[in-house]
Amino acid sequence: MDTLELKDKQAQGSVKTEELSGSQILLKGLIEEGVDTIFGYPGGAIMPIYDALYDFKKELNHILVRHEQGATHAAQGYARTSGKVGVVFATSGPGATNLITGIADAQIDSTPLVCITGQVFASLLGTDAFQETDVINITTPVTKWNYQVTDASEIPEVLAKAFYIAKSGRPGPVLIDITKNAQIQKIETEAYQKCGHIRSYRPYPIVRQSYVEQAAALINSAKKPFILFGQGVLLGNAEQEFKAFVEKSGIPAAWTILGVGAIPTDHPLNVGMLGMHGNYGPNVLTNDCDVLIAIGMRFDDRVTGRLDKYAKQAKVIHLDIDPAEIDKNVKATVPVWGDCKETLPLLTALIDEKSHNEWLARFREYTQKEIDQVINAECNPTSGELTMGEVINQLNTLTNGDAIIVTDVGQHQMVACRYAKFNHTRSNITSGGLGTMGFALPAAIGAKFGAPNKTVVAVIGDGGFQMTIQELGTIMQSGIDVKIMILNNQFLGMVRQWQELFNERRYSFVDITSPDFVAVAKGYYIEGQKVSERENLVEALKTMLNHKGSYLLEVMVTKENNVFPMVPQGCSVSEIRLK
Amino acid sequence: MESTIEKKEFNITVYTENQIGLLNRIAIIFSRRKLNVESLNTSPSEVESIHRFNIVITETEEVVKKVARQLEKQVEVLKVYFNTNDDVIWQELALYKVPTDVIAEHVSVERLLREYGARAVVIRKDYTVFETTGHREETDALVNVLQQYGLIEFVRSARVAIIKDSDGFHAKLREFERLEPGEDVVENEYLNKGQKVFTM
Ligand SMILES: Cc1ncc(C[n+]2csc(CCOP(=O)(O)OP(=O)(O)O)c2C)c(N)n1
Repeated sequence: MDTLELKDKQAQGSVKTEELSGSQILLKGLIEEGVDTIFGYPGGAIMPIYDALYDFKKELNHILVRHEQGATHAAQGYARTSGKVGVVFATSGPGATNLITGIADAQIDSTPLVCITGQVFASLLGTDAFQETDVINITTPVTKWNYQVTDASEIPEVLAKAFYIAKSGRPGPVLIDITKNAQIQKIETEAYQKCGHIRSYRPYPIVRQSYVEQAAALINSAKKPFILFGQGVLLGNAEQEFKAFVEKSGIPAAWTILGVGAIPTDHPLNVGMLGMHGNYGPNVLTNDCDVLIAIGMRFDDRVTGRLDKYAKQAKVIHLDIDPAEIDKNVKATVPVWGDCKETLPLLTALIDEKSHNEWLARFREYTQKEIDQVINAECNPTSGELTMGEVINQLNTLTNGDAIIVTDVGQHQMVACRYAKFNHTRSNITSGGLGTMGFALPAAIGAKFGAPNKTVVAVIGDGGFQMTIQELGTIMQSGIDVKIMILNNQFLGMVRQWQELFNERRYSFVDITSPDFVAVAKGYYIEGQKVSERENLVEALKTMLNHKGSYLLEVMVTKENNVFPMVPQGCSVSEIRLK
Repeated sequence: MESTIEKKEFNITVYTENQIGLLNRIAIIFSRRKLNVESLNTSPSEVESIHRFNIVITETEEVVKKVARQLEKQVEVLKVYFNTNDDVIWQELALYKVPTDVIAEHVSVERLLREYGARAVVIRKDYTVFETTGHREETDALVNVLQQYGLIEFVRSARVAIIKDSDGFHAKLREFERLEPGEDVVENEYLNKGQKVFTM
């Protein structure tokens, strides 16, 4: 029975249980899960699903990317701005292996994805059939869960599980590999049922009031408490709860690059960025505080620097939804596991309303030093070539902190994270844990689909842009409005910086040449311009932002600037250098 | 207090759903940290349809604890316990194949069997197969003896271990099946029963 005929019969009410193909069941399930956007690329082993998709064009907006890696990053961008699950389609073999980088990125940055890959017929599994790759085993280390479907009857339950697992608890990527026979196979189906419980899976650890009480007691007795917050606050939709906690406690709070935006940049208790290229005060004072309160962050080594010299003087309170994060890197004095949406209000209720003015003043002193010695020169230069910092600074003035900034990886990423202003949550989309060059362009596409009413600016280096440059084709075809800002220092800047500082300026293969980016964009019918003079910068930014549709702005910046402050590898956070 | 930084043998017991691919998911948690799995056994458990892995590694308690948490985080893993050798009853089984004529000529088979607690499983004209069950030292001792008499084949099974202080998994599973499991399924190590059973 074909779909049209089926729909007719349904309309007449003559079919009770429908007979549908595995592909149709899958797509209907996606719709039941609230999916409206899919990033994907077709191929032999997933053709039945694409054939079925032809009839669902209205309900499911499929974005044809130019490389499957782009599909995963786009889905990540979509998930991160929308708070929904990103969905990816790819074919078997090379299609599936092209997903790996994005899946690994989503795994380490806790981004909910459901990736659907086609697979060869079940009867051919293990025979080195055409485009057969053991995608289940390849993706096992980088997925929260994966499953191979070989029979259509498994699809509804597996899909429901996939969505539940991807988005519940600590989110992450899930992959379903569906053999071609299961896509084609027709079976009778019943109504789709969402999944809300798996007996072997406990996404939300039980909150223990006794730990909350211990944590509150520690906080109430602290003289120099310090809050570190990460993406957990965003993932738990706990921004309000977090703000209430911070404001009642009066405790200075610093962010990881995935946590930025949980409270606005200008909030008086927001003292800045943690980590290798974070702000001066938060790094130094980590080793001076008496109680460290980590909320939804995992003490990544880029945040902690040398672990055996990290906050040794402090009592540590660690709020996290994932018990495996507790004590993994930094020993917790009091672990408060649970969703911070739930635990933060419990904690807020028990803490005293306070202000820590003297302690806060210490952060301000360090901020002032950093402004004098680093930030002014980076963000407000009046002579010499353009700097990355001033570009971001001018962008802030024009967007007023309301834009979504998507960054690639390298110096420009650190500069953008340091200086971009964020008034809203879910506004900084960056590849944190994996540091994936090539992330920004496709992620920006997804970010815009996830937040269509926002201005989306992708900040990308000349190196990283060339890694996924083909996604300009996706922009062209989908007509999506993404502002692309290339900060071109004619180097693989971040690696060059390390070579300058630690390898005696032996610039080994970091000198990268670029095509005429504006001309390339033009080839994709995307307008753009290149700017290298200070007097033209603001006008160029305005042109980009006011342009209807996508726009590429290439900014030539000074070649050999370094990002400071910096905690050199192997050093403790308090050994942070200003130059 | 026992040291957490001294390496010793730990018996990790993992209760799981029975799912293809789970063995790999579990194994890579060890290989990723370059931990050597000394022994791995999968078997049914006291609860129908629930599988039980027995894994042995020599590591510090601190590392074992982290590994246990990462294991328990896997969707199809229900529960993970880790115990020192003192906390479990454990056994390994070994088979030894030796030429019958050499054995008959040089050693008193009867003495062998008695001294090493061995059992003859098969006696043929050309070879004899002995079996022992016990701890590593016990099964190893007989290898050394038989090596001199032309040991043809030797194989030892993975370790199986029973946790002394465990009440089994039936009650736990009922908790897991509830939508909101009670606190005792989540007895993390801050609330463990001290020396007896280490659990997460
Ligand atoms: C896929 C990938 N390959 C290599 C690296 C290592 N890496 C980190 S930053 C960097 C340089 C990036 O250069 P560019 O994109 O020009 O940005 P810049 O640092 O100059 O701002 C490199 C090569 C990486 N992070 N990702």
